Amino acid sequence: MKKFKTILPHPLLSIALVFVWLLLNNTTSTGHMILGMILAILIPWFTSAFWPEEVCMKHPLLFLKFVGIVLYDILIANITVSKLILGPNKNLKPAFFDLPLDIKHPLGISLLASTISLTPGTVSCDLSEDKTNLVIHGLSIEDIDQAINEIKTRYEKPLMEVFKPC
Amino acid sequence: MFEIIIALLVANGAFFTLVGSIGLVKLPDFFTRLHGPTKATTLGVGSILVASSSFFFVAKDEISLHEVLITLFLFITAPISAHLMAKAAIHLKQNESTTQAKSYEK
Amino acid sequence: MLETILSLAIGMIVVALFLNVYRLIAGPSMPDRILALDTLYINSIAILILLGIYLESTLYFEAALLIAVMGFVGTVALSKYLLRGDIIE
Repeated sequence: MKKFKTILPHPLLSIALVFVWLLLNNTTSTGHMILGMILAILIPWFTSAFWPEEVCMKHPLLFLKFVGIVLYDILIANITVSKLILGPNKNLKPAFFDLPLDIKHPLGISLLASTISLTPGTVSCDLSEDKTNLVIHGLSIEDIDQAINEIKTRYEKPLMEVFKPC
Repeated sequence: MFEIIIALLVANGAFFTLVGSIGLVKLPDFFTRLHGPTKATTLGVGSILVASSSFFFVAKDEISLHEVLITLFLFITAPISAHLMAKAAIHLKQNESTTQAKSYEK
Repeated sequence: MLETILSLAIGMIVVALFLNVYRLIAGPSMPDRILALDTLYINSIAILILLGIYLESTLYFEAALLIAVMGFVGTVALSKYLLRGDIIE
């Protein structure tokens, strides 16, 4: 098991690299698969200094469900944001608010920030130094507490389940 | 049949892209402007890419997966660039207010 | 039918590009200009892909991919410049 870890420090990254290499060349030929596998071993090995801690994902099915929810939300968010943009500017209620974070995993935090930026009228702007607060800007926020609650139950909870410290 | 679906996807994508750019011009300040491009434009370009992928699959019988790569890349990078721009704007704003405060003190 | 929709869509994106250029020139602050540039390159990806469908050619995807990568790097570099005062530490 330990030998396996030294050859492949990040198995998920390696799988993703093979996948991206095949997409980039637009083939499934054997030669490119082998080249992709060689790259998938070499690149994590050379860049392992940038990835000190290993990433382990629990409940991959839950993660897929989360991705589905986010894609659906992006669709709905776009319709609401388009309505807001095309409507008069007076109807907007732009506001900054702080989201206290319960999630500790760095990858989890960055994924949470990205989903917040991609979904309903919110953009994550800044992360506090100690990684406990996320500053968010909302395009049209009626009730700040409700917005925080929604983000916490809809996005943060599943991410906390998936990315637990190993 | 497929032509209609592809046409709908293309029209939808162009509409959302246009709405994002309208938002960029129309909205009152930087932080509200940030919302238009990060969302509308990403979905607009995303659906145009899906349309292109299915067009080459149906009409020319070749599987072209470069679009998938571009879509993935856009969906990963759009929030990051939005985050960095917002951070830069906040930083500039804070700098401005501190220099103003200093000039008042003098 | 697809051809009319495609020309219409290309027209809409050209209008979007002009709106972005307006914000790029008028934008009161630096972040506004960076945002306009960012939107400009995403829209140019869209117009390249539409041109690819219109001409039934897959040659444009490499260009679109390169614009996506280089545009992201450019946006990050400009934002970092505003944040720190220099790009490479």
